[in-house]
Amino acid sequence: MTSETKPTFDKRLSVEEIVSELRDGMTIGIGGWATRRKPMTLIRAIARSPLKELTIVSYGGPDVGILAATGKIKKLIFAFVSLDHYPLEPHFRSARQAGAFEILELDEGLVHWGLRAAAMRLPFLPTRIGLGTDLVRQPELGKRVTSPFEDGEELIAMPALKLDVALLHVHRSDLRGNILTLSPDPFFDELFARSAERTFATAEKLVPTAELAIPENARFNLVERALITGIAEAPYGAHPTSAAPDYQLDLKHLKTYTDSAASPEAWAAYKARFIDGGETAYLEAVGGADTIAALPKSIY
Amino acid sequence: MMETNYSLAELLIVAAAEAWRRDGEVMGTGIGPLPRIAVSLAKATFNPRLATTDGECWYTTAPLPPGEDAMKESEIEGWSPYDRVFSGLWGGKRHAMVAPTQFDRFGQSNISVIGNHAKPKSALLGARGFPGNSVHHPNSFFFASHNTRSFVSGEVDFVCTAGYNPERYSNGKPPALLDLRIIVSDLAVLDFSGKGRAIRVVSLHPGITFEQVQDNTGFPLERPEQIPVTPAPTAEQLTLIRNLDPNNVRKAVIKGDPAGDRR
Repeated sequence: MTSETKPTFDKRLSVEEIVSELRDGMTIGIGGWATRRKPMTLIRAIARSPLKELTIVSYGGPDVGILAATGKIKKLIFAFVSLDHYPLEPHFRSARQAGAFEILELDEGLVHWGLRAAAMRLPFLPTRIGLGTDLVRQPELGKRVTSPFEDGEELIAMPALKLDVALLHVHRSDLRGNILTLSPDPFFDELFARSAERTFATAEKLVPTAELAIPENARFNLVERALITGIAEAPYGAHPTSAAPDYQLDLKHLKTYTDSAASPEAWAAYKARFIDGGETAYLEAVGGADTIAALPKSIY
Repeated sequence: MMETNYSLAELLIVAAAEAWRRDGEVMGTGIGPLPRIAVSLAKATFNPRLATTDGECWYTTAPLPPGEDAMKESEIEGWSPYDRVFSGLWGGKRHAMVAPTQFDRFGQSNISVIGNHAKPKSALLGARGFPGNSVHHPNSFFFASHNTRSFVSGEVDFVCTAGYNPERYSNGKPPALLDLRIIVSDLAVLDFSGKGRAIRVVSLHPGITFEQVQDNTGFPLERPEQIPVTPAPTAEQLTLIRNLDPNNVRKAVIKGDPAGDRR
């Protein structure tokens, strides 16, 4: 009997290495919800990259806005794009009004349902959502199924939303991809991970496995580690969105970001100051770690 | 005893609260400041079983005032992440009052785009949860400004909520669970109890005539023989509203914060 070395593995990557795994034309799902726990460090890195013609699936916030403003989107699959406190996302609006990309407009629950179908490797899931609306006049939602039971009800077939890659931002992870999302609402990040071929996450902090304290934190363990392909440490990686309880939404920066849609020059200035220089420069430009850590809680 | 010194916003809050009177123990959602204060008033008076949230992911024991510092003293009584909101609403245990940009004679509403969907004149929010809400639980509607831009003559530009338009259904019948309740605007309270689910005026706000409502609506309204005046807030209701909205957010909703009685 030959002895084998105990196999070890380490999923740690840099943010740049995660972005280098992405390809033009991919379908990418982005976790979080509007202004909460968006993987913004990854979004800014994509904005700096030459990537193009992406299909984006998102409960949209500034992630969609930045990718729209930098011309990365070929098609957007969404139910809304909003900055919550600024309900209308200005960069998304400009791009939509210019017809800059194709769209599939869904209901929030339909996004869930499409991801669920993909996660279950089903071609579709039946639903009533969309009946009577203009959503179902879009070709992708044009198929109907009839209940095979006595009720004979006609239902919408929500096609599976299969993702090439899901991008998430989490609070803690070990090097094997055991992750914790400590925020009070996990949103649909689990389904994004399950519907994707590969999932990459950024974490506020990489910690030894014992520090995850999984028995106490089991409910924050979003998915099993087998679903996480790579993990990068990115402190304040959700900023300007929130990653409560670690830090809150930066309303002041959100205003700066919103104002950047006023003109092409304003956007160029924002991009130069907050995106082009990389994350170290970004953190400094938004006031530094202590400022972010001290942000007050926002009211929704 | 009726209080005569009340604002239009306060009148609308009291009228809107009626939406939840007979709902029992469901999630009560009011989108926008006045519907939110209205659901709070319903909970504080005739339907204490209503469950209301902080707008994020917590149910609070007492309804939460709109505005800053609202969470300071509120007791959290339950958890309401979006996954549970969807599960609950698909089960029908919710009644939402929402404030769409456009509305039509069928009760179809729009918060997605003005103009063409592929290249809109104005891109708004997107359909959000409107399509699913509309076919799973009761819905009511709120308009701070009743005019022909909001109450449109044809169909809305992008139908986000199912309505009573037979042409939109393969069998000509709206879904069984479609349940559109009341419409509260700055001019009147309306509902869908007209012939063939036509929109009918239920009550006129003090000093408003049927003709004014009709002139500001892009489609014909059903006119009952007798139209009552929308009840004024009672002194008790006004006191409660002041407690439920200590930041006086309601004052800023309607331009000039006009009086509720326009006679």
